[in-house]
Amino acid sequence: MIALQGVAKRFANGTEALRDLSFQVADGEFVSLLGPSGCGKSTALRLAAGLLEPDAGHVAYPQGKPQIGFVFQEPTLMPWTDALANARLPLDLKHVPRNEAEDRAAGALARVGLKGFERAYPRELSGGMKMRVSLARALAAEPKLLLLDEPFAALDEITRNALGNDLLRLWREDGLTVLFVTHSVSESSYLSQRVLVMTPRPGRVAKDIILPLGRDNRLSPQTIEAQRMISDALNTAMAA
Amino acid sequence: MRRLADILLPLAVAALVLGAWEGAVTHWQVPVYVLPGPSAIARAFADNFSSLMDALASTLGVTLEAFLAATVLGITTAIAFSQSRLLERTLYPYAVILQVTPVVAIAPLILIWVGFEHINLALVIIAAIVAFFPILAGATLGLKSADFNLIDLARLYGASRTQILWRIRLPTALPYLLSGMKTAGGLALIGAVVAEFVAGSGTASGLAWRIVESGNRLEIATLFAALALLAMTGVLIFAALSLLEWWLLRRWHESALSRP
Repeated sequence: MIALQGVAKRFANGTEALRDLSFQVADGEFVSLLGPSGCGKSTALRLAAGLLEPDAGHVAYPQGKPQIGFVFQEPTLMPWTDALANARLPLDLKHVPRNEAEDRAAGALARVGLKGFERAYPRELSGGMKMRVSLARALAAEPKLLLLDEPFAALDEITRNALGNDLLRLWREDGLTVLFVTHSVSESSYLSQRVLVMTPRPGRVAKDIILPLGRDNRLSPQTIEAQRMISDALNTAMAA
Repeated sequence: MRRLADILLPLAVAALVLGAWEGAVTHWQVPVYVLPGPSAIARAFADNFSSLMDALASTLGVTLEAFLAATVLGITTAIAFSQSRLLERTLYPYAVILQVTPVVAIAPLILIWVGFEHINLALVIIAAIVAFFPILAGATLGLKSADFNLIDLARLYGASRTQILWRIRLPTALPYLLSGMKTAGGLALIGAVVAEFVAGSGTASGLAWRIVESGNRLEIATLFAALALLAMTGVLIFAALSLLEWWLLRRWHESALSRP
């Protein structure tokens, strides 16, 4: 679905965010990009979305650039309009006819558990619900590749777990490819199939871990084992 | 209960002050050409009602036309600035110069250039110059305040510059623009009054001119009546714009929300 090859990125202020970053994500995979804060994870995600151009290396989409859905750490909604219009934004920008756009946006809201909240304004919604609107907006455009930038980091644990379960369900139902940036070992150990552990800045992939099967809930022995594998890799990456 | 107090308390103060004023003027027998009492002012208002209303219509007309022109020009210029950093860097200093130069100093030039035969147009231009800057400044800041992530997201879905402007930048700018418009409304009135003062006798026919004329004739009661009309016009403009602001922002902006 997407391949980064030898990607480097330096910001205008001279900070070297990424150096020689390479990884691939196959169709239908759920991959976490995990690392300490400031290691360039978010930059990598923006490069993957094509919102930034790499200074060196390539970002390639072997089957052509897929429809991309993007979810930020903040809900990033338009406060001046309701949940339905927010979810409809990608369709409006693509000039999808109004009726069809309304139906698809309403469907996306229903899928994230917000049926009945179509006319609610962002300020009337809780933090978790705002994040759900943001997720619905990403789904409304029917993406093949879903990029998430620490989407649950600002939420409480109960909301975070509920949203994580919803994300897993959506990934299975839609056959999505998911690239999930996080700094949470437990989140990545439960949600993803593969974890790319990154080094501190300038970031690159320190270890590519394929997680064991059978992680049916957050406390199953396989999940705990996955957490140990990720933590070990992270410690090694931090020490290097 | 609190809303009632908001209305009653200022009214009570007004009644008290007017009463004391009337009492003092009567008690010390102050001549009417120095300080007329409220009753004398009311009489002057009634006697000159139709001519004062004509003057009000003239000043209000200039004010509204200038405000409208300043709003349209301010928004268009701000949009142009938001689309081109180069344009903004080149022209913004001139907007500032226009703002900091006292309008009284430019007014004679404009009157001469436009010509006294188009006095109304000259007055509108002078008032519009005063009202222009707050709108430009508000709209420029607002257009720049759009959420970068939201703009990135729009770009991800192939949004054009026009789409980003209409769907993201302009709605973001609305509260800033309205705040600028509230300042500009009052300034347009001040600009109209200053312009009338500068235009002088025989040409202008608005409230400011009535004030000058009444002062020259020592008709102080009429002067007060015209002054009161001006103040009320200013309050009315401010109230109307505040209402517009509340109505447009009531669903979403912090400034317009009432807390339980």
